[in-house]
Amino acid sequence: MAAELSMLKPGEVGIVIAIHADEDLYHRLAALGLRVGKRVELIRRASFSGPLHLRIGTTDLMMRGTDAQKVEINPPA
Amino acid sequence: MKRIALLGMPNTGKSTFFNRMTGASARVGNWPGITVDLMSAKLLLASDMVELVDLPGIYDFHGFSEDEQVVRRFLENNAVDLVVVILNAVQIERQISLLLQIKQLGLPAILLLNMADETRKFGITVDAAKMTEALELPVILFSAKYGDNYRQVHDALARLIQNSQTVRIEQLREMLQPDTEIEYKMEAVLKKAVQVPEQLPDNLTQRLDKLMLHPWLGLPLFFGLMYCLFQAVYLVGTPLQNGVGWLLEEFKQLALEPLLGGLPAPLHGFLIEGVYNGIATVAAFVPIIVLFFLFMALVEDTGYLSRAAFLMDAFMSRLGLDGRSFVMMLMGFGCNVPALMGTRIMRSRQLRLLSMLVIPFSLCSARLQVFVFLTTALFAPRTAPMVLFSLYLFSFAATFVTALLFKRGFRNNEPFILELPPYRLPTMRQMVLRGWHEVRHFLNRATKFIVAGVVLVWLLTHFPTDVPPASSGTFAGMIGHFLAPLLDPIGINQQLTVALIFGFVAKEIVIGSLAVIYGHEGNTLMGLIAHQLDWVQAYSFMLFTLIYTPCLSAIATIRNESKSIGFTIMSVGWALTLAWVVSFAFYQGARALGY
Repeated sequence: MAAELSMLKPGEVGIVIAIHADEDLYHRLAALGLRVGKRVELIRRASFSGPLHLRIGTTDLMMRGTDAQKVEINPPA
Repeated sequence: MKRIALLGMPNTGKSTFFNRMTGASARVGNWPGITVDLMSAKLLLASDMVELVDLPGIYDFHGFSEDEQVVRRFLENNAVDLVVVILNAVQIERQISLLLQIKQLGLPAILLLNMADETRKFGITVDAAKMTEALELPVILFSAKYGDNYRQVHDALARLIQNSQTVRIEQLREMLQPDTEIEYKMEAVLKKAVQVPEQLPDNLTQRLDKLMLHPWLGLPLFFGLMYCLFQAVYLVGTPLQNGVGWLLEEFKQLALEPLLGGLPAPLHGFLIEGVYNGIATVAAFVPIIVLFFLFMALVEDTGYLSRAAFLMDAFMSRLGLDGRSFVMMLMGFGCNVPALMGTRIMRSRQLRLLSMLVIPFSLCSARLQVFVFLTTALFAPRTAPMVLFSLYLFSFAATFVTALLFKRGFRNNEPFILELPPYRLPTMRQMVLRGWHEVRHFLNRATKFIVAGVVLVWLLTHFPTDVPPASSGTFAGMIGHFLAPLLDPIGINQQLTVALIFGFVAKEIVIGSLAVIYGHEGNTLMGLIAHQLDWVQAYSFMLFTLIYTPCLSAIATIRNESKSIGFTIMSVGWALTLAWVVSFAFYQGARALGY
């Protein structure tokens, strides 16, 4: 069963299986290393339902929850 | 002259490299096909003079963010002889995609892998020779910050530019192949030349982030840091500003006055009180701008700025802004001018414009002077601090209301995804260069506008010449009279209206102008004002002063930074409207309640 990236808990890891984003967001994510097949770790969430802190390889980035919903991942085992 | 374009992803040290290659000689300039300014410089490579252009950092060529469009249009409208691609060696895994797109476009390129020093810490190995072979173009590992391998970079550029061919691209997007193609090539190149360890070592950045982005401690730490920064800028800046003011005053007294003494009075006044004071107004901003950007460079280059965005985003996103806007708003409480210039760190134009629209409502130190004077004159020592505090609340409220009202009009169309780069120590050289560039930019663009404005206000308050300056017989007095139907309902009398006209130039001169208008100074002036105004009128005047417009320099800056007269007029128009509505509501409300 697939899950959304926004559902990860801090410290959990998922593998990207699909990205349902418009062209702009899709290309930005790809350039930041978020491509299908890549491993993503959720490092932390900001307080007051703020953005997510993610790590893909050697890149750390922040992303809003609404954008993270568009990334489908394999849930952590 | 041959042209080299500098291209790379954001946060790869592209500008550091540019500064190192060009020093302080870089100039801001216009280019065909694009509306934003780009930095460029001429430099000597072997025996050729070439032009090096610093393009904005982009993630890829497909995107529609402002920077991506700028780069596309630049390449479509300007021929280049060589593209220097700068990527972060630590993030080569993903960043190589940009280089592969450049190869697809058929641009002659060289790849510089920056931050060679950091790869060692991460245990990443990049084999430049193998990568050169796989990519069929020169690849050099170097460090823009510490200058490792610079000789090699310099020589390679000189060699390439000598045998280069000029290329210009038309229809750039059509030439790009699908992304899957790129992904396939990325794998192949990386497999051959790069080794990344499975598990990254626990490093300083991760440990610092645990503290700086802590769910409970993160925000208090952020506010604490901002407070210290703010104090540092203005504690050091204010005496410097006063020093510059003193020097200019001395120069006026000792050199200008005797020199121009023989001139007829109107011309003498025009030159000294109009033109020279205009120049002095501009000069007074110089120390604050330098300091502000020294510290901003510190916040930005250390990587803390994107952490601030992370911490404040939950709140700011509801206002259509982000955490970086918040940092600028806070800095605006010292002086709006550098805060407006600082919005340049936001790459999306819509986000920048919205931030520029709200920053002028930050109660800056110049306005504070006016409020301290009036609250001391009209309120008891015990209530005066509370009155001041309430003005700060109004300042925040005006900001939030403006953001909420206008966020739909300035919808940010760029996906809000920010990199959190590792914490780094900036070099002094980078910080100083930044301060220097910003001041030059401000002086180049703002001087004419500000001097013209100061001269205009001087003319309004000193003509016709047969009546006392700033009295009701002058043009300013006539404007005051003309505006009376508009300003009477908010309790602002004609003398105060003239002070508001002065305040349009700079809030620092409001009290001085009141002294001229009433013909008294200091305590006598306070007594006179306290006698003539009641607290409701004074508070209404302060509300209006807070909101109506920061100063001429801020308006000049808004115009420079937005490059839009329309936006500038809208910004000033909205501030005037809001000021009137707030003052009206307050004044009439208080009167209706019997005060």
